[in-house]
Amino acid sequence: MPEIVKLNVGGAVNAALARALEEMPETLLYGEDVALPGGVFGVTRGLAKRFGDRVFDTPISETAMLGAAVGAATFGRRPIVEIMWIDFSLVAFDQIVNQAANVRYVSAGRSSAPLTIRTQQGNAPGACAQHSQNLEALLLHVPGIRVAMPRTPQDSYDLLLSAVACDDPTVVIENRTLYAGPKDTVEVGGPVRPIGGHRALRSGSDATVVVWGAVTAKVLDAVDRLEADGITVDVLEMVWLNPFDWPAVLDSVGRTGRLLVVHEAARTGGFGAEVIARVAESGVPLRAAPRRVALDDSRIPSAPQLAAALLPQTGDVETALRDLVGSGAS
Amino acid sequence: MKLDDLLALWRIRALEEKIRDLRLEGPIVGSVHLSNGQESVAVGACSQLRPHDAVYATYRGHGWAVARGVPPREIFAELMGRVTGVNAGRGGSAHFSAPQHGFHGENSIVGAGAPIAVGAALAGRHDGTGRIALTVFGDGAMNQGAVTEAMNFAAAFSLGVVFVCENNRYSELTPIDAMVAQPDLSQRATALGIPAVRVDGNDLAQVRTATRLAVESAVAGRGPSFIEAHTQRIVGHYIGDAEQYRPAGELDRDLRLEPIARLTRELLAEGVAAEAVARCEERARSEMDAAAAAALADPLTDPATAKDHLYA
Repeated sequence: MPEIVKLNVGGAVNAALARALEEMPETLLYGEDVALPGGVFGVTRGLAKRFGDRVFDTPISETAMLGAAVGAATFGRRPIVEIMWIDFSLVAFDQIVNQAANVRYVSAGRSSAPLTIRTQQGNAPGACAQHSQNLEALLLHVPGIRVAMPRTPQDSYDLLLSAVACDDPTVVIENRTLYAGPKDTVEVGGPVRPIGGHRALRSGSDATVVVWGAVTAKVLDAVDRLEADGITVDVLEMVWLNPFDWPAVLDSVGRTGRLLVVHEAARTGGFGAEVIARVAESGVPLRAAPRRVALDDSRIPSAPQLAAALLPQTGDVETALRDLVGSGAS
Repeated sequence: MKLDDLLALWRIRALEEKIRDLRLEGPIVGSVHLSNGQESVAVGACSQLRPHDAVYATYRGHGWAVARGVPPREIFAELMGRVTGVNAGRGGSAHFSAPQHGFHGENSIVGAGAPIAVGAALAGRHDGTGRIALTVFGDGAMNQGAVTEAMNFAAAFSLGVVFVCENNRYSELTPIDAMVAQPDLSQRATALGIPAVRVDGNDLAQVRTATRLAVESAVAGRGPSFIEAHTQRIVGHYIGDAEQYRPAGELDRDLRLEPIARLTRELLAEGVAAEAVARCEERARSEMDAAAAAALADPLTDPATAKDHLYA
């Protein structure tokens, strides 16, 4: 029975994992420090005690962890593997890109690897260069992999369950700056939302903002500032990046004629480029050239003031939107 | 029955020589890696597995598929992009799989199958089937981190995985001796707490015994085993390989060691009629000719299906 509870993102992830383990005996949950310690962010606390040997700690061996997930998934298990930081997934990219993504395709559907990788990314003050990258574009370049990026407690709960139920290899990218964030109401125990779609967070007529991940909060702050000046924008938060809700983006840009994409990942080769390219290819009439606000192509420094200078901030989004709305035909 | 063994070896040899011909003639395109000279490792090891056990091979995996019972006609069809191929032409020579025969695929990332085999054994523990997994890789793969990670993972959790290192002395085009300081590769498994043996991979009896013990141990829940099977590749790494790395005289020696020559000598020495021995080769070649011809007559997979099976 669905019920409403107050949870932060970490709690919502924990509740989703508990439900998956409860309702699907074929799920396995494992990773570095997830069982006895309950995860370095505390997100998997209590699950090993409740679900026994289906929740276990592994050696620090990302390749073995993800390879084992591919093998177990092809035999009907539903592995949910935590890769502690997305930066560490690069150690095992072979198992994601060459192996998991290929199983269904090269076997012509005779086999499949329905595994879920839970990981987190994003910059936090004092994070070092190998613990702060935003790498979703690397995964989105690989056909065969589903990618989700939840932000709110409700989406963190829903998207994880949809990912576990999904028959494709799926990467759920969380953001550690949100785990211990404010609690919000979450409906738990309800039907699992189908994968795909978006969140319409604001509606307006002057521009469309497409955004994903933790930076959405800054976008909303910027949009709220503009509203005082009578500028209204559509804000589409993309909670699934593959499948991507292209019809929603094209529909919105078709109405507003102006597009801004905001992401924390580096600008060059980022998925924002893909969004703008697709909109351009679609022939939707534009009133102004599309814009991007993104990481100013750079490695990430440790000192918070240096990182802040490179990463998208509320003011950057506000400026970009004012420029965008002020340019082109009205 | 040794004549049956000889036939089993010849089936792989004849299949691969037919594949070589079709590659040179044109119906098969792209990179093809043959296992001529190594057939006894596949035949011996697969003879000890149960139908529901999982085999993970490398891109040099045709022989392992045959030894696992994958129909040659479906292999030929796969290599020629036919709709009747095991994967309708998506897998090809280096990536085909036939899970319905317990053959869970080749892999052209060196060493990458080892962690996946660990997962098959992990599933076998949790789904109650008791399935174990066998993963085969070459000597070169021992230098991939994935293999060491997989061996440690399997050992740490006592998972039923048989690690078979097919040591043919060459890591693609480079001698393994030049790439390791410790030529006894089995010591790496021993160091991880895995029982390990080195066997003459050209001797079917040795391969069978080692695999039987490894399988028994895995089924009993005692965890992984490691078998280093010494063998030799009597053809190049790929079709077209000039083999300039091979010292003079080596191939002549290997041609005396390779398992078909060896078993043929044994049978004749035991008094088996030369005609009976020769019939094994003839029968295998005629089977493969027929399978290849049937596959060649099958329709190519429809290009309109090229994007099928990307997602569920």
